[in-house]
Amino acid sequence: MALTKPIKSLWEIPREERFVGGHAACQGCAAALILRHLMKVVGKDAIVVNATGCMEVISTLFPRTAWRNPWLHLAFENAGAAASGVEAAIKALQRKGVLDPNRYIKVVAIAGDGGTFDIGLQSLSGMLERGHDVMYVVYDNEAYMNTGIQRSSATPYGAWTTTTPVGKKMRGEYRPKKDIIGIAYAHRIPYIATANPAYPIDMINKFIKAYNTRGPSLVHVLSPCTPGWRIPESKSIEVAKLAVQTGMWVLLEIENGKPKVTVKIRKRKPVREYLKMQGRFRHLTEEDIKKIQEMVDQYVAEINKWVGEEAIGPVEG
Amino acid sequence: MALAQETKPKEVPEKKEKKRIAATGADAAAYAVRDVDVDVVAVYPITPQAPIAENIAQMIADGEIDAELIHVESEHSAMSAVVAAAATGARAFTATSSQGLELMHEVLYIASGLRQPVVMALATRALSAPINIWNDYADAMGMRDTGWIMIFSENVQEVYDNLIQAFRIAEHPDVLLPVVVTLDGYILSHTTEPLEPMSREEALSFAPKRPRGYRPVLDPDEPVTIGVLGAPNWYQEVKVQQALAMRESRRVIEETGKEFGRIFGREYGFIEPYMMDDAEVAIVTLGATSSLVKAAVNRLREQGVKAGMVKIRVFRPFPAEELAKALENVNAVGVLDRAVSFGGAVEGPLFMEVATSLALRGIVKPMVSFIHGLGGRDIFVKDVMEMYQKLLEAAKTGKSVTRTLFYGVKSRRGHVV
Repeated sequence: MALTKPIKSLWEIPREERFVGGHAACQGCAAALILRHLMKVVGKDAIVVNATGCMEVISTLFPRTAWRNPWLHLAFENAGAAASGVEAAIKALQRKGVLDPNRYIKVVAIAGDGGTFDIGLQSLSGMLERGHDVMYVVYDNEAYMNTGIQRSSATPYGAWTTTTPVGKKMRGEYRPKKDIIGIAYAHRIPYIATANPAYPIDMINKFIKAYNTRGPSLVHVLSPCTPGWRIPESKSIEVAKLAVQTGMWVLLEIENGKPKVTVKIRKRKPVREYLKMQGRFRHLTEEDIKKIQEMVDQYVAEINKWVGEEAIGPVEG
Repeated sequence: MALAQETKPKEVPEKKEKKRIAATGADAAAYAVRDVDVDVVAVYPITPQAPIAENIAQMIADGEIDAELIHVESEHSAMSAVVAAAATGARAFTATSSQGLELMHEVLYIASGLRQPVVMALATRALSAPINIWNDYADAMGMRDTGWIMIFSENVQEVYDNLIQAFRIAEHPDVLLPVVVTLDGYILSHTTEPLEPMSREEALSFAPKRPRGYRPVLDPDEPVTIGVLGAPNWYQEVKVQQALAMRESRRVIEETGKEFGRIFGREYGFIEPYMMDDAEVAIVTLGATSSLVKAAVNRLREQGVKAGMVKIRVFRPFPAEELAKALENVNAVGVLDRAVSFGGAVEGPLFMEVATSLALRGIVKPMVSFIHGLGGRDIFVKDVMEMYQKLLEAAKTGKSVTRTLFYGVKSRRGHVV
């Protein structure tokens, strides 16, 4: 059974594993940890639809599988469409009495940032617009990590990737990250949230709400990638936490169009602390860091205005 | 997962009086979808498929079909959604044409690789560029290696009959492959002809829904992982199984066509020979064009020319054996293509299949490859009669024409290029 009420402590996380060990994720992979918690929340009656990406590849190398739930993968760009098909089939089969109409079977779509922000955006938009009862989880490691480390439209400004390399003329990604939350918001769906594995209770409670929403919901989770971000295997949670504490990642929840910040930060840390931990930002100059700080300041100001309070405070000291 | 007992289609009692109505090919496709009680339909409009989508939508709106209609935002998503619906255990249908099929292309392989019994109607249409909405088989030929069973229809009745059979073939436990049924764009999709539909009871007893569990589906009580990563140590085994399933499907397609004939009086085979018993020259064709070739054959017969024709109904799996048998006694073989395989050994895609089928069986005949009717260019009986003249010449000289002849082309040199 899926969890239905918010949890207050780590002790309330179900023991049962539905995304099980033995898969091939890298050590310190945040995405695998996110999925593990996600599956504990959604329980037995979730049908998982996975886009092509790290999590699909590491978890289903035939003849093994890490999934104890029914699971479907079709292609890279169609998680939204495939999830729509499963949901429609459940509806039709329940109406015709082939499946028990009183049982709540829910579709959970999982995709990375490439499969969501870029190639999968159209099918995601179709799914959201049509109002399918699907929970969509995007784990955002901010580049195409499954194929190496190529830039996606979720790659943040200044980050090195193999397709936004650091050279004499170009110094990493030169465009800001695409606003997927804004895109989801524009679809007027009932539930949207951002989450972060360094705040597991907040993340789990958002998964619970998204799962129990009738209609489309989207949870956007920051997912540090140790090889891609050039961080030690032991640092993924630490770096994820700094993303929130510096204001680079704001923990949001938008219920029926009403936004709020779920984890407020009284005093922000400077972005430098987040950036300096990661090899992908090693080349940044003082000027670059200043520019990123300004971008984050502006983002924080926008968020505070949007939620109508100073949820994220100024940079400390 | 244990396979459930295979259900035998129920015998239909004595047929009552036959009902004949006027219908377009698009109507016929929608009736077939209605009559087999489809669960999920995902469609995106494209010319000339659009009336199929519209008809189905109207029937759902009127409560005549109890199905979920997904208004997808592209054909890529249409195919994705129906494959996913089939993986959940639903009877799923979509329809497309031309560029839409091209956009689906990636997912076509996924449908067959995952062995999902999706059924699709394809209103055949030329491909861009230049953009053209009229009939030819360029789109269909592009999907010939995607692992789909492909059935071509000659008239509106066949659109209906083929689609009913398609569901039974696709969902047969020894097959489990997607099936596409073609209807020539406009020539069938928009043309009204007499149609003899069956009752829904008859359709459903001929193509019954099998009890859940006869194949693995997405089910929380019996979780399966569908769409895995197949590394080099397993990928080839999967692909070979797919090829074997395609071979195995011959038996099921044959049985289905025969049974259909027994119950409804219209028997279907892999090929349909026309005037082949004593034919000296023959043309091999596909789809609605076959009716025109039959007319040419009739005309030639009146003139005392022993002309014949072989229509290919099932293009995948290709009926090489049946075709070789049908053609073994003629003096020359022509193949009429409505698509181009650019730069191929010979540019007619159907020709290559026919030539291979004969050559592998040691049957050496003078052969000629004809291409006509691209992008809706009209074909006339006189054009086909010219082709037969070319075949009679080839029969006399005993020599094949080694390059494809394009008929009906505007050219300074005249008719044939």
